[in-house]
Amino acid sequence: MAQPSILDLKGVTKQFGGLTAVDHIDLQVREGEFFTIVGPSGSGKTTLLRMLAGMDTPTDGDILLKGERINDVPANKRPTCMVFQSLALFPHRTVGENIEFPLKIRGEAPAARRQRCLQLMRQLRLPENYYAKNVTKCSGGERQRVALARALAYDPQILFFDEPLSAIDYKLRKTLEKELKDIHRETGKTFIYITHSLEEAMVMSDRIGVMRAGKLVQVGTPNEIYTAPKDKFVSEFMGEVNLFDVRLGEGGKLVSDTFGTNFSISALPAGFRQGYLVIRPEFMRFVGDGEEVENLLTGKLYNEYELGSRIQYQVRVDGHMFLLERLRQRPFRGELDDDVVIGWNAKDSILVAE
Amino acid sequence: MAQLVDSTHRAGTPQAGLGVGLGRWISVAGRRHSLPILLLLLLGFVAPLLTIIGFSFMPPRTFSIWQWPTFENYRVIFEETFYTSFLWSLGMAVVTVAILIAICYPIAYGLAKTFGRWANLVTLLMVLPLFVSENVRLYGWVLFFIKGGVLLGTIKSLFAVELDSILFQPGTIIFGMVYVYLPFMLFPMTLGVSMVPRDLVDAANDLGASRLQIFREVELPLAMPGVVIGSLLTFVLAVGAIAEAKVLGGQSVIPVTHDIEIAFTYAQNWPLGAGISVMLILIVGALVLAVLRRFDLDRILGRR
Repeated sequence: MAQPSILDLKGVTKQFGGLTAVDHIDLQVREGEFFTIVGPSGSGKTTLLRMLAGMDTPTDGDILLKGERINDVPANKRPTCMVFQSLALFPHRTVGENIEFPLKIRGEAPAARRQRCLQLMRQLRLPENYYAKNVTKCSGGERQRVALARALAYDPQILFFDEPLSAIDYKLRKTLEKELKDIHRETGKTFIYITHSLEEAMVMSDRIGVMRAGKLVQVGTPNEIYTAPKDKFVSEFMGEVNLFDVRLGEGGKLVSDTFGTNFSISALPAGFRQGYLVIRPEFMRFVGDGEEVENLLTGKLYNEYELGSRIQYQVRVDGHMFLLERLRQRPFRGELDDDVVIGWNAKDSILVAE
Repeated sequence: MAQLVDSTHRAGTPQAGLGVGLGRWISVAGRRHSLPILLLLLLGFVAPLLTIIGFSFMPPRTFSIWQWPTFENYRVIFEETFYTSFLWSLGMAVVTVAILIAICYPIAYGLAKTFGRWANLVTLLMVLPLFVSENVRLYGWVLFFIKGGVLLGTIKSLFAVELDSILFQPGTIIFGMVYVYLPFMLFPMTLGVSMVPRDLVDAANDLGASRLQIFREVELPLAMPGVVIGSLLTFVLAVGAIAEAKVLGGQSVIPVTHDIEIAFTYAQNWPLGAGISVMLILIVGALVLAVLRRFDLDRILGRR
């Protein structure tokens, strides 16, 4: 671990009545890291973030900021700041007044406030004449930038983001994701981001924590999460995958009862008895095209989908759906309902537990 | 298109009189639907107002509106001591509104944010007194405050101290107005407070604001439309109040409404009463307009 940890979570738990929203989370976030917590709605990620920001207190466990316990420090006393899902801009204030809000609260002089505000507006590529503009008149992307500028004006040690991009259309979201990662690089601050989109998390994050039902299922770099998902949930959350159940047969063979055949795999995890075999669509091959693969299945080409740079094919094997992807430059030449042989290499499949 | 040609043709014919013109005017749905309220306002608001304005220019102590106009009534109003009644009315109304703001804000906040399922019960308790006639309620307070009444009688029997009644004082009149007009401040204010999003309060807090700073910078400005509407409503009602001064105030203070009533009844001087009424309308109207100009509701709500 190169950097020291800035935030330590030790068994953080939050219960609402009989419901455990956040269940014994242990986590260390490093200084300057872009850490993203991903999970479906109801996984407890927002509750966790609210506890980190000081808007809720844990029922159990400790939150340490640079080694100091901050469980009971209220939000307005924490050196952290949050960008809300709704952005929570003050509608009765101008862009400038919104950004200067934390400085005004701190009692800074108007001239210094204005200078800092204009500096932040430049950094976030907001035109200077927006200073006196009403925030309600700004576009979605501009409002994002105002909200981020306001949070940066607070000069927090950690910036939290509660799905701020979820309501933005796809194209702008892609731009803003990259902008946010650039801002992270420029400011060098620790960013903790939550989202339900693993795709969004992949683009921006140094590390990702996947949450499910109040627990952190897996923590790792985007590459680790992508190539070595810990269980079925994480692998499915990662996007479209081919997944079917297998069990350990006699002589260390991997048996698929669904297809009545054995599959080979490069490494068998210790103690594996039964679970799922995961193969990403880009690792699936059409066999007979000069491709040599270790595991084979025969099916019918059912449909094809244009994905832009790639083309996706659906092949049905005994009524089970398989997805294959190819680059646009080398499409698969076949008619729908053709009999096709598909397969994959042992090294390209992942074995996961339930 | 045919209909359009037809109607222009009809409008052009010499027989097209007032009836046809009115018929065409009414044929627009919006106008037709606004007809009942237009008639009501015309008969119930514009006509009496014009009558009052007309009477205010008639010679004193006359009962006909068809005489040579005069400024005599206004001269009397300015030269005699009517200004004290105006000041009492306006002053007590201002104090009433100020007290109501202070009392109602916490209740409104509770109703909008914290009472949860108890909010309905509290609302009911606030509304319930409205079902009882205002005069009956005020006489109830007389029984409560009067010497030997509920309050003083209880104190006397418990502690054997005899206190003077607080009845028939300006403070008691204001108490009565605060009591009677509370719902008219509370409900617009509750609406105003409920329009403040929870996220904005959380965000302000997260950005370092203390409870007081959140109130000053976020909650109050955003709840302002409700506060302004409640204040205007209660101010106008309080300026026009008469029962509180009569019942709880005895004759200790003569509000301007009482002057108007005396002019129209005992004094049999309709033109003077009309003159005072017009003055009151002008003063209150000017104040309301000034407030509305100061607090631009659209801007507060971020609509402009």
